[in-house]
Amino acid sequence: MISEELNKLVIQTRRDILRMVHAVNSGHPGGSLGCVEFFVTLYNRIMNHDGDNNSKDIFILSNGHISPVYYSTLARSGYFDVKELDTFRKINSRLQGHPTNHDNLPGVNISSGSLGQGLSVGLGVALSKKLNNDNSIVYVLTGDGELQEGQNWEAFMYASANKVDNIIVTVDYNGQQIDGSTKDVLDIGNLKLKLESFNWKVFEIENGNSLDEVYRTMSEAKKSCMKGKPIVILMKTIMGNGVDFMMHTHKWHGVAPNDEQLEEALNQNPETLGDY
Amino acid sequence: MKKFINQGNKDTRSGFGEGLTQLGRNNSEVVALCADLTGSLKMNTFADENPERFFQVGIAEANMIGLAAGLATGGKIPFTGTFANFSTGRVYDQIRQSVAYSNKNVKICASHAGITLGEDGATHQILEDIGLMKMLPGMTVINTCDFNQTKSATLEICNFDGPVYLRFGRPKVANFTDPRDRFQIGKGVLLNEGSDVTIVATGHLVWEAIHAAEKLHENGINAEIINIHTIKPLDEDIILNSVNKTGCLVSAEEHNIYGGLGESIARLLTSKAPYPQEFVGTKDTFGESGTPVDLMNKYGLNSDSIIEAVTRVLKRKA
Repeated sequence: MISEELNKLVIQTRRDILRMVHAVNSGHPGGSLGCVEFFVTLYNRIMNHDGDNNSKDIFILSNGHISPVYYSTLARSGYFDVKELDTFRKINSRLQGHPTNHDNLPGVNISSGSLGQGLSVGLGVALSKKLNNDNSIVYVLTGDGELQEGQNWEAFMYASANKVDNIIVTVDYNGQQIDGSTKDVLDIGNLKLKLESFNWKVFEIENGNSLDEVYRTMSEAKKSCMKGKPIVILMKTIMGNGVDFMMHTHKWHGVAPNDEQLEEALNQNPETLGDY
Repeated sequence: MKKFINQGNKDTRSGFGEGLTQLGRNNSEVVALCADLTGSLKMNTFADENPERFFQVGIAEANMIGLAAGLATGGKIPFTGTFANFSTGRVYDQIRQSVAYSNKNVKICASHAGITLGEDGATHQILEDIGLMKMLPGMTVINTCDFNQTKSATLEICNFDGPVYLRFGRPKVANFTDPRDRFQIGKGVLLNEGSDVTIVATGHLVWEAIHAAEKLHENGINAEIINIHTIKPLDEDIILNSVNKTGCLVSAEEHNIYGGLGESIARLLTSKAPYPQEFVGTKDTFGESGTPVDLMNKYGLNSDSIIEAVTRVLKRKA
């Protein structure tokens, strides 16, 4: 059972995302909104985390453009003051358009944005944990369109061949990318079969915008760690989830709402835990 | 003119292999990754002695760089190994984002650099890698001249916290530096004092510069020779001190004249000491198949080319 607190956090995170991208008239609300339930569950129910301590679970965001949901989650998990969300994409900020550890933002371990690199990085962290006899887990999130990048398949091949079983990769399976639906741009085909043939253990989340379902499957995935196979979760999400006019379309991939649209979107998500 | 003695021809990549072996024995945080070129990179001993710390990644260089960035995130000191071409151009964006911009303590160790890779030809040679790597903010770029220096550089970069590009070669070449010399990142080495011209060389061209200086000496020209192993950060003081004395300079490298050591020196001279400079390097061209010696001769990367450049620069000297 998911507590009322998490529901409140989901709503507040949506508000953060919308307000952040609106304030600078840029950024990526669609994918960010689609992954709110995942982030809230991961950071509050699944991971044993402390971004500055390598002996704990660690999260690597490969699809860096959904930085708004990442930053909101980190701030609301205590990594930095929520007031800092106001600096997103502005000059002299640690909250760059795409996340980076370059300016020592707490909770962020790697730069991402140029797609297809996070899975390899996550595997490297997983290998370091094995060398240290550390049983914590590496979590990676990638987009589905991002899997068009070849480096991912080098990494998929490497992980199963080398039994890297302390990693859980989640694919944000929203079927959309900048130029349209993933099917139209470059069909990635039957992802489940592809990954199974790469000898990964595949879990599926039919509704990645359900806190309960995300929690249930992530918990199950966790129990399957350390059993000789890398783990991937295909998580179907709805881009723009939680704001009716942003849902089910790629149009809000990288477009910020105007004043009226923001007001309408916020009205659908009334303040719960206090705006930054 | 100081005498330099060749202790016997050896390949620089074997210097890397010996250094890495030593690191494997002395530092448990050192890990190594290789993209299906373990023998060529001389990483076999490390791999045999430390199977759990050696990662064979297959022919997948992009993944190798990402794995290295992740291992560094987990506190390890990763050394990646493949040919210079596949270490840089092939994976530029991976190095840029996951290593350089992310401040990861990854050592990118690149063998078969330059044209002396030889018979495999232009697809495997690279004459642009110094430029690619020196343009990355925060990247240290090192190009060693012989076996001893490559070994000591390999040991030293492990003590340095930050991304490093270490470039070395394939053929057996003169091994002439003192194995007891401590390698100091960012410090040029004054090999020979002279008053007429400064020759600044890196990598395989250092030995050619010594030969050139010997011949020039017979003709009454005293060349100062500086061995620049660290191209970035550049030891500006050693170059300025020398050129302020000699009044002219020749740079020599196994690299395109665009983007290499020579251009870094030219930037320094134009802003701080505008003396004439001549460049020895490849002239915006790809290489081709051939023996290393034939290639060095054809592409003007030998002592004769350095002497010609010295003759030209002396004429321009005020």
